[in-house]
Amino acid sequence: MKPLLNSLPETVFTTKVDSLLNWGRASSQWYMLFGLACCAIELMQTGGPRADVDRFGCVPRATPRQSDLMIVAGTLTYKMAKRTKLLYDQMPDPKYVISMGSCSNCGGLFQLAYSVCKGVDKVIPVDVYVPGCPPRPEALTEGLLRIQDKMMRERWLVREPRMAEQPVEA
Amino acid sequence: MDETLHTEGEGFHTEDMTISMGPQHPSTHGVLRFVVKTDGEVMREAIPDVGYLHRSIEKIGEKVTWHGYVPYTDRADYLAAMFANQGFCMAAEKLAGIEVARRGEFCRVIACELNRIASHLIAVGTFGQDIGAITPFIHALRERETINDLMEEICGARLTYNYIRIGGVGYDITPGTCDRITQFLDHFEPIVDEYNRLLSYNKIFIERLAHVTPITREDAFQYNIVGPNLRACGLKWDIRRDIPYSVYPELEFNIPVGTGEKGTLGDCYDRYMVRMEEMQESCKILRQCLKTLPKGPAIAKVARKFKPPAGEVYIRIESARGDMGFYVVSDGSEYPYRVRIRTGSFTAMSIIDKISRGIMVADLVALIASLDVDAPEIDR
Amino acid sequence: MEAKEIYGRLEQRFPGKVAGLKDDVLDPFLMVEPQAIVEACRFLRDEPELKFEILSDLTVVDFPKEEKLQVVYHLYSYTFRHPIVLKVDLPREEPRISTLEGVWKAANWFEREAFDLFGVVFEGHGDLRRILLPEDWIGHPLRKDYVEQEEYDGISTERAPLVEKLLR
Repeated sequence: MKPLLNSLPETVFTTKVDSLLNWGRASSQWYMLFGLACCAIELMQTGGPRADVDRFGCVPRATPRQSDLMIVAGTLTYKMAKRTKLLYDQMPDPKYVISMGSCSNCGGLFQLAYSVCKGVDKVIPVDVYVPGCPPRPEALTEGLLRIQDKMMRERWLVREPRMAEQPVEA
Repeated sequence: MDETLHTEGEGFHTEDMTISMGPQHPSTHGVLRFVVKTDGEVMREAIPDVGYLHRSIEKIGEKVTWHGYVPYTDRADYLAAMFANQGFCMAAEKLAGIEVARRGEFCRVIACELNRIASHLIAVGTFGQDIGAITPFIHALRERETINDLMEEICGARLTYNYIRIGGVGYDITPGTCDRITQFLDHFEPIVDEYNRLLSYNKIFIERLAHVTPITREDAFQYNIVGPNLRACGLKWDIRRDIPYSVYPELEFNIPVGTGEKGTLGDCYDRYMVRMEEMQESCKILRQCLKTLPKGPAIAKVARKFKPPAGEVYIRIESARGDMGFYVVSDGSEYPYRVRIRTGSFTAMSIIDKISRGIMVADLVALIASLDVDAPEIDR
Repeated sequence: MEAKEIYGRLEQRFPGKVAGLKDDVLDPFLMVEPQAIVEACRFLRDEPELKFEILSDLTVVDFPKEEKLQVVYHLYSYTFRHPIVLKVDLPREEPRISTLEGVWKAANWFEREAFDLFGVVFEGHGDLRRILLPEDWIGHPLRKDYVEQEEYDGISTERAPLVEKLLR
């Protein structure tokens, strides 16, 4: 007697809605074309023919309103900090931030400078830090994959039981 | 400005519109901002607002040692970092009276000219992209990746090299690298023709650039426009030939100048063409250098605690964006007293206000791209 | 033309205004009185045997010990291929000098930068605003005695402790 076989493995698979949504979002990370300094050139080359992050669904968008991911590529000065916050606020939720390079991680080489903000995390929340001055395209690609991992772990439909809500202080 | 563009007196009222273009804008090449006043598509004025990448590189020069400042000069112009390295090192050498190792000089020229090609590739690639042709940009990046690989072989870094040191260069160029540079040149020289077929003689491209915002020679002098932008105005001036430094007097190369072949002398198309031709000249220089690379040490003996005597010096070098000046003051201590970097993009930026009056908004994009301004060089 | 000859020409034209020549250094320079700078520069630009077409650079050096700010002009002539350096000493307390905007347009931005970073006021300048730093910045950072504010726009300027040590 023949064993029972699943006759539809090539055409149907089952999954959770959450995973499907996450999979969709993770494979279409549209990052904002937002180059600040040296790292912007490496960001360009990451999108270029060799590293080609298009493979992972990462496509540059010129406007914050269409992008899910902000890659802060380069030195953030105080003059630019306010604008960066504004750009971040203009992005639709859910949004993610990669801090690319030492300068945006902590000020890097320009810790000594008077006009450089010592880390982009003083202005906006950061999900992934990519070290390097500037990071190689491979490093940035790794950062993008980490963001994908993070996206895949998220739950949207079924909220996990939370800790008791903190009372709002008056 | 054309007064007929206003439709006043017809009972139909129009107003000029003020738009902020930048700092995040795909065609401003980094973080530049323009306050644009337009009447429809025609621009009344475009006032540049810079300083979004002011990283106080000049002040840091007073806080770090002479050797320690070289990596910072990389960041003063990340697209053509070698030149800034060389400028600062030449200033320090002149102050201290150090003779550079001869092989080191050739290594410098090789690295610089490779860097010039890489920088111009980005310039012409993004030029195409800004005008609306994405493909040439991808092609340019492909070639640039090869140069980055070569740079990595030479000095271990892809973008910020820290290769040229006081007295010579950090690492010697090995025979294997020389072979690979030759292979690259064999591959690259025909590629320039490919770009010409793909982009330079494209009808749409020419239409977009010819006659657009020509810079006259008088304006170029007044605003101190330098480098390829100056040569596009028809002046045969190249610091490599006219105020010779390093081993450039021993090398043979032409100086491409703008001819106004498709439009007016000194227009956007001329500025583009000068860069294309300069890449070919750089290839020529590279071949000569590789042929005559002398033997010997690549770096002269320089004290670890480098203390040049008190004094000051002004160095001019021909960077990818023209005359780059290093004014360095020493008080005889371990730290520079003052470092001043004079860059080509800063002055190129200041002319935009004047020549952008009365052009179309889309032409402003072409103008910025053709001047090849670079945010870190403007702001430092 | 050598710096000595240029000095001779200037001295002949503006007696007593060009205070001295130093030509035993790497780049010979002339000291010019602040009142004479515009006239001297115009002369240098227009004189057919000098023809300094461009202002290569304009910058300032701070000397707190000698209580002075030194404005340094680097001129160059494409025609005769000779450079010259002009220097003007200004008091540190209230540095004021006439603008060179009328001679070379490039001076416009250079002077804005010098105003921004050193606080030198260029009289007659059409648009003397800060150029590199934000409008509400306090102080002129390239002066040697510049003290950083504790925060700018709500962002603290604190550094890692190790870096604080490097700051002399």
